[in-house]
Amino acid sequence: MFSLLRTMWLTFLHAFHKRDTVLYPEEKNYLPPRWRGRIVLTRDPDGGERCVACNLCAAACPVDCIALQATEDPTGRRYPEFFQINFSRCIFCGFCEEACPTYAIQLIPDFEMGEYNRQNLVYEKDDLLINGEGKYHGYNYYKVAGMAIGGKDKGEAENETPPVDIKSLLP
Amino acid sequence: MEEATSTYLLIIGGVLFALLNVAAGLIWVERRMLALWQDRYGPNRAGPFGLFIVLADSLKLFFKEDWIPPFADKPVFIIAPAIVMASVLMAFAVVPFAPGIVVADLNIGLLFFLAMSSMGAYSIILGGWASNNKYSLLGAMRGAAQMISYEVFMGLSLMGVVLMSGSFNLTEIVEAQRGLWFFIPQLLGFVIFFIAGIAETHRLPFDIPEAESELSAGFHSEYSGMKFGIFFIGEYMGITLISCMVVLLYFGGWLGPDLLPPIVWFILKVFAFISVFILLRASLPRPRYDQLMEYGWKILLPLTLLNLVVTGGVLLWLGE
Repeated sequence: MFSLLRTMWLTFLHAFHKRDTVLYPEEKNYLPPRWRGRIVLTRDPDGGERCVACNLCAAACPVDCIALQATEDPTGRRYPEFFQINFSRCIFCGFCEEACPTYAIQLIPDFEMGEYNRQNLVYEKDDLLINGEGKYHGYNYYKVAGMAIGGKDKGEAENETPPVDIKSLLP
Repeated sequence: MEEATSTYLLIIGGVLFALLNVAAGLIWVERRMLALWQDRYGPNRAGPFGLFIVLADSLKLFFKEDWIPPFADKPVFIIAPAIVMASVLMAFAVVPFAPGIVVADLNIGLLFFLAMSSMGAYSIILGGWASNNKYSLLGAMRGAAQMISYEVFMGLSLMGVVLMSGSFNLTEIVEAQRGLWFFIPQLLGFVIFFIAGIAETHRLPFDIPEAESELSAGFHSEYSGMKFGIFFIGEYMGITLISCMVVLLYFGGWLGPDLLPPIVWFILKVFAFISVFILLRASLPRPRYDQLMEYGWKILLPLTLLNLVVTGGVLLWLGE
């Protein structure tokens, strides 16, 4: 009997406790920087698209919600012709981000993407591409890759020595 | 004569109007209070302080499909929720809210209240039976057993008050408390009546006929739409009724210092007891069915009889 009254008293005291509820639209929860939310395509520090349309994200995606078509610009730089993510399928697992060799595709802490129309949940490249570097600053894939594209030949990348002249016997 | 009738009708209409609104308002009150004790806010979006949730809830209930299962016993199924509503509303007829504000000042008001609250058991057993569903029937059987056994000492615990005031008339019982509210000499009687009252309204922790975790929803599993709503409202009115009775019998009804009018005192006290009902729901777990029965018959009934004998003995001793 005493324990029942004690329970009631302790429950009553909860009236003066701090509320646990976060009044969501007015007051937002803190989301950590690595929170897996809306997917974006980022740009390198020079403003070029990071995505090289390698299709690894689409292959890694467990629900097949990513579709893209690779193409090349005249200098030989690869980029996606279109890039679609179907967010009504996406499970925000982050595998695409892990698979991406160029830090192009990233998940950001934003989940407010509700729509009244399901078709609107298919995001095109225009919707995905942002004018920034996302979580990884200063990384430029084509500056470190050993591949020759317009304006940069083999051996001219950062941390790269010029190719060995195999026709020469000199050390 | 003409004037008397019109005031009479006014009182009836006013009491009905106020009660139905209070019962609906309790939806909001209960949800807000529960939230308060669970560190939440409760409904706070629609209207000021979320008050329009009452409107939204009742509109929802009205527009829901009112489905009667094909396997149900149709007439009984329909009449069962009406019984709970009618019996509780009838019981309110003898409740004096303030001097003069009473529908029927019966000289056996207390007995009438007991009779009407026993009628409530019919709605449970009929509703559970007519649903033709195992869970409903189990809930109904539990409910009937619980209500009948708790009624025994609910009535007996009131006899202490009747002995002390020498009347079954609720107005006279309140008047008899001018010197001392009865909950001091009748503390045991008050506690037992309150416990029996919780069991009578089958509120948590004694919501064994409903017991969501065991019986889905007990006797009203098959009810939907406004029929369910009437069970719901009936339960809230039951809470109000038991709170009114506790206030009338043990806490001096409308009596109180002169700074507020009598009706305000009455409402304040009733609201305090409604809050206790909600606090009980927020804090206590549900006992097992056999524990409930054992508690009733082995502890509360002997205590009630003891209370009755001691009260009678003391009154006789003082009378001599």
